[in-house]
Amino acid sequence: MTSKKKTVAMLLAGGKGSRLGVLTKHRAKPAVTYGGKYRIIDFPLSNCIHSGIDTVGVLTQYEPLELNAYIGTGAPWDLDGITGGAFILPPHQKGELGEWYTGTANAIYQNFYFIDRYEPENILVLSGDHIYKMDYSDMLKAHAAKGADATIAVIRVPMEEASRFGIMNTDDDLRITEFDEKPKQPKNDMASMGVYVFNWKKIKEYLIEDAKDEKSSNDFGKNVIPKMLQNDEKLYAYPFDGYWKDVGTIYSLWESNMELLQDSPGLDLYDEGWRIFSRNPNMPPHFVDKSAKIKNSLISEGCHIYGVVENSIISAGVVIGEGAVVRDSIVMQQTQIGKNSKVIMGIIDEETQVGENCEIGGGGEITVLGTKVVLRDGVKVAPGESVGAGRTVRKTEGGAKK
Amino acid sequence: MIRDAFGLVYAGEQNMNLRELVYHRTVGALPVGGRYRAIDFVLSNMVNSGIRNVGVIAQRSYHSLMDHLGSGKEWDLSRKEDGLFILPPFSSSENRGEYQGIVDAIKGVMSYVRRSKQQYCIFSGSYSIYNSTYDDALSYHIETGADITMLYSVEENDFFRGERYNDVRLHLNDEGRLIDMEVNSALSDSKMVGLDTYIIRKELLEYLVEDCASRGKHLFVSDLLMGNINRLKIMGYRHEGYVGRLHSVASYYKLNMDMLRPDISGDLFYGDNQIYTKIKDEVPAKYSKTSNVKNSLVANGCIIEGEVEDSVLFRSVYVGKGAKIKNSIIMQDSEVYNNSDLEYVILDKSVNIRQGRRLVGDKVFPVIIRKGAIV
Repeated sequence: MTSKKKTVAMLLAGGKGSRLGVLTKHRAKPAVTYGGKYRIIDFPLSNCIHSGIDTVGVLTQYEPLELNAYIGTGAPWDLDGITGGAFILPPHQKGELGEWYTGTANAIYQNFYFIDRYEPENILVLSGDHIYKMDYSDMLKAHAAKGADATIAVIRVPMEEASRFGIMNTDDDLRITEFDEKPKQPKNDMASMGVYVFNWKKIKEYLIEDAKDEKSSNDFGKNVIPKMLQNDEKLYAYPFDGYWKDVGTIYSLWESNMELLQDSPGLDLYDEGWRIFSRNPNMPPHFVDKSAKIKNSLISEGCHIYGVVENSIISAGVVIGEGAVVRDSIVMQQTQIGKNSKVIMGIIDEETQVGENCEIGGGGEITVLGTKVVLRDGVKVAPGESVGAGRTVRKTEGGAKK
Repeated sequence: MIRDAFGLVYAGEQNMNLRELVYHRTVGALPVGGRYRAIDFVLSNMVNSGIRNVGVIAQRSYHSLMDHLGSGKEWDLSRKEDGLFILPPFSSSENRGEYQGIVDAIKGVMSYVRRSKQQYCIFSGSYSIYNSTYDDALSYHIETGADITMLYSVEENDFFRGERYNDVRLHLNDEGRLIDMEVNSALSDSKMVGLDTYIIRKELLEYLVEDCASRGKHLFVSDLLMGNINRLKIMGYRHEGYVGRLHSVASYYKLNMDMLRPDISGDLFYGDNQIYTKIKDEVPAKYSKTSNVKNSLVANGCIIEGEVEDSVLFRSVYVGKGAKIKNSIIMQDSEVYNNSDLEYVILDKSVNIRQGRRLVGDKVFPVIIRKGAIV
């Protein structure tokens, strides 16, 4: 027997995130580290439990290992209840067929039975690539008040960037009249946040239809939502006002991290009533040596800092050697930066070892080292370059880029 | 991995040498090392040894202890079978709710001991801070045919003569058998100091506790051990790593400062076995442009705008602009506002130091500001 749930959340965490380059070579985008401690997926998961949603299906596909291990039983987010919890939902064989998730709508369609077991009124569809704190229960209330078939959360974006997003055109009552996916000439600045509430009975019909349509790419934004609009279903926009950032590119990931270092950051991580939960590495407080100099930075547990750290985000268990300088950079967990090495505007992934007297980046462009990279002493990596996960670099390469 | 032992931790210690730090908590609940409580070490040692059944004997002021331990989930002790049992006293015809000694306390929780299915008991206090597993000690206990094995460490430097609490000095013969011991002695020439951790067969523990209690004797070391020193084969087993002991404010202070040494923090925290504690989901520590931190331990959740040197900052401490903290221990949620100056100070939890205050203690007598105080 399964308990009835009013709302079931479905978190789309299967994306490859190819614009994050070497950072997503061996992990799905939602498992990318953020803010010196979190993974991107901590945000929607924490939002769910704080919004009173305790049943979350996590749809995985691309490189799911790290993500699966991270979510585990769901306990770090309190998502291990008796009647609900976090459920990892990989693509699986059904009847004769086994198939990958072909699109966002298809991923939900393939997990039909999972949702039906809870007989929910609504499903909340989320994506694992955004950093934001949002009370979904307010959105669900608005959805109910309007008697909507679907509600799409929107946020105002700068007009010049609007063409990068799905733009909603609405009437005065916020009813959506038109959905422009990445329009060349956007008519307004209300961008979809990738947060949808659907009436389950209604969307079920559309998903079944969509699955039959061979021409469809089985995507909510491209296929299902336009179809619903065509049929005059009641779709409403729900305006959200707060910090929201798509961290789907190297630059936006870097920028969003750096925004945490502002005097009063747009994203308040200290809010006692809306803690962002994460799987804790359980390490002792970090150690700052007498030779260290730290300014305007976030430093996590278990680090040993002997060098200079400025305007940077340092994750758990990182060692920064004496004389090393890390500036305007993100260093992820368990990475070591050797003595007298310099990292300027870099993103250095987990468990990477940078030798002594290395130079990584130099400003202007972001330089990225993947996970488990080994840089031998004295190696230089030019600004804007990236080094793939697992590689050992013995001497300075290339030089085409300066 | 040890499958056939259960753990029994006595967390009822009320060591008044620790002054204001233990007015409202037991020694086991004392915050140490920027993030932990004293009891985390022995509990983690037990769990890392494979022990899955642990009883914690609470006595007075155990609210903060219960709050800390909860269901035992963070030590992986929230289990279907066995797990963590917090054993507070209750009045019965035999027990008035106040233990007269550790023997009396074990007698008070005898129904838990009897119910435990494992053959061996690892019995420990909660004021010794070390990282180890009990696998080798138990093997030694079995190999030597000991009735009781007690862990000890060798301490070359004797800092705290005269301020001792449960300081047990061992005298062993060439075979490692205990021939004499002293408690809180100012005269002892032994460098072998007990860890307050014992291995004993469950049935023997039951027998010895009954035997002692029936003669009106309640003290574990003086009565149960020394009273039976000729009758029982008591062996000593040496722990080689670092040991901190919460004898007094001075030793509490030293323990925290010792953790600034990479060799000691390496031994306690960065070996094969983790020390588990309650998780708080704090943000990484934030250093502002005006911060200046040297030789310190800083926990998550801290916001530092001032100067910190040779100090330990627990979780979510705030240090305002121009504030100076030196040689101090600042516990969780305390706030030190602009231009304050602290030296050799221990701030308990949630203390608020207003702007421009100046507090100076001494290495051997740090100023302690009680929990929640506003200065």
